[in-house]
Amino acid sequence: MNALSAIVIRDLRVALRAGGGAGIGVIFFLTLVVIVPFAVGPDMPLLTRIGPAILWIGALLASLLGLGRIFSSDHEDGSLDQLLLCSVPLELIAAAKGLAHWLATGLPLVIVTPLLGLMLGVEPTVLGTVALTLLAGTPGVTFLGLVAAALSAAMPRGGLLSAVLVLPMSIPLLIFGVVSTHAAIADGAMAAPFRFLIAISLFFLVLGPVAAAAALRHVRD
Amino acid sequence: MPLIDLANPHRFQRLAAVLIPLFGALAAALIGIGLVMGFRAPPDYQQGEMVKVMYIHVPFAWLSLAAYTLMAIAALGTIVWRHPLADVAGKAAAQVGAAFCFLCLVTGSLWGRPTWGTYWVWDPRLTSVLVLFLLYLGVLSLWRAFDDPNRAGRAAAILALVGFINVPIVKFSVDWWNSIHQPASVSRFGTPTIDPSMLYPLLISAAGFFALFAALHLAAMRNELLRRRARTLRILKAAEVEA
Amino acid sequence: MNFFANLGPHANFILAAYGVTALTLGALIVWVSLDYRAQRKIIRDLESRKSKP
Repeated sequence: MNALSAIVIRDLRVALRAGGGAGIGVIFFLTLVVIVPFAVGPDMPLLTRIGPAILWIGALLASLLGLGRIFSSDHEDGSLDQLLLCSVPLELIAAAKGLAHWLATGLPLVIVTPLLGLMLGVEPTVLGTVALTLLAGTPGVTFLGLVAAALSAAMPRGGLLSAVLVLPMSIPLLIFGVVSTHAAIADGAMAAPFRFLIAISLFFLVLGPVAAAAALRHVRD
Repeated sequence: MPLIDLANPHRFQRLAAVLIPLFGALAAALIGIGLVMGFRAPPDYQQGEMVKVMYIHVPFAWLSLAAYTLMAIAALGTIVWRHPLADVAGKAAAQVGAAFCFLCLVTGSLWGRPTWGTYWVWDPRLTSVLVLFLLYLGVLSLWRAFDDPNRAGRAAAILALVGFINVPIVKFSVDWWNSIHQPASVSRFGTPTIDPSMLYPLLISAAGFFALFAALHLAAMRNELLRRRARTLRILKAAEVEA
Repeated sequence: MNFFANLGPHANFILAAYGVTALTLGALIVWVSLDYRAQRKIIRDLESRKSKP
């Protein structure tokens, strides 16, 4: 447990220091949301209608942004080899690194979502719901991305590839995230789709580290 | 013959040299018979003559899933049993399966135009196949991302397994998404009760396309084995020059 | 002629579907067989070069 919290704290410190790139995800998210009205026009009713969807797509893309860094920098400086020798199961190490990455990049997205939602004319009562669905869904995206990050760790240019690998598989999270938001807007009842969202997210929370550890074991060397 | 014996490239080459023409001839015969029977069958009372697209579209849909399943089994072979031919089989399944998946989408779209009035409908089945196609493209691009075929094979195997686990989840969520966004009035084809005059040609042509897949898959595997042999020879050659 | 006339009002779409299928599968078969020849040739060249020194 001590080793794992050490990994989380170390990764967080690396992400938060200059050059760590933790803030870029939020800025990218903000920029995406600003771009949308220029594309579809400043039509407030339309933006209100598609607002939750834009927030979800923006958060999805923003959480894919820094995926390549999770393992590749550790692979380059050799600390990944040290981690592989560690007595702690590699699955748990991968999960700890995923948690640190989510805390550094996913959680800030959830926090700024209500603010960006206001700009898209999302009803204030719904803002909390959108943020809640993102809070439930983005860990799933990050841990799914863990697999792609591990696969691309040994590749010279893995950045864009990991997005291509993760996006199709994150469609279920996107569907249930947006559907549960719309259900909340329509009749205040979002229980059923929201539960599916949590279920799928939890499933990826398990699948991600297991597959990522397998990738680290089999693909490197 | 035990499966491990196939790891011997010569034995595989000998077997492939027999099986590829055999499956090819079988495919030509069965597809020919199936399509002639299909074109002679009376038009469907709802679909009219458009039902003739079914004899290719439905086999392609089955093959898209079957090839992905084959890829996942081959991935297990790579990761768990470490069978030397498994990743070769996985790569060939991805290449040929992606082509059949593409054909499933194109024929479905061409079928949809007269039936639905538009080339593309976000119908749950078409959408699921589209996501499957994206998963194929992901595996293929991962194969291309590595120089070393062994590492590429293990990476693609893990991705194929994760993707395979995801397929039912994607299917479920796409169905749910469709039920939320579209009323059930969207015209559906592929009724469960299909007339024997259309069922037999469908099954025969499907068997033919499966045979074609088998022939192409074996041929692609044989090519991949040759490519790896050439790569090894080239590396040996380079080492010789250096020494 | 009779054969095409029998395909109903949407004959174009049926023929297009079969055409795309024939084209794609044909391309796949051609690619597989050309690739086979190319790889065989590469291996032959490499092996003949290896025996020289």
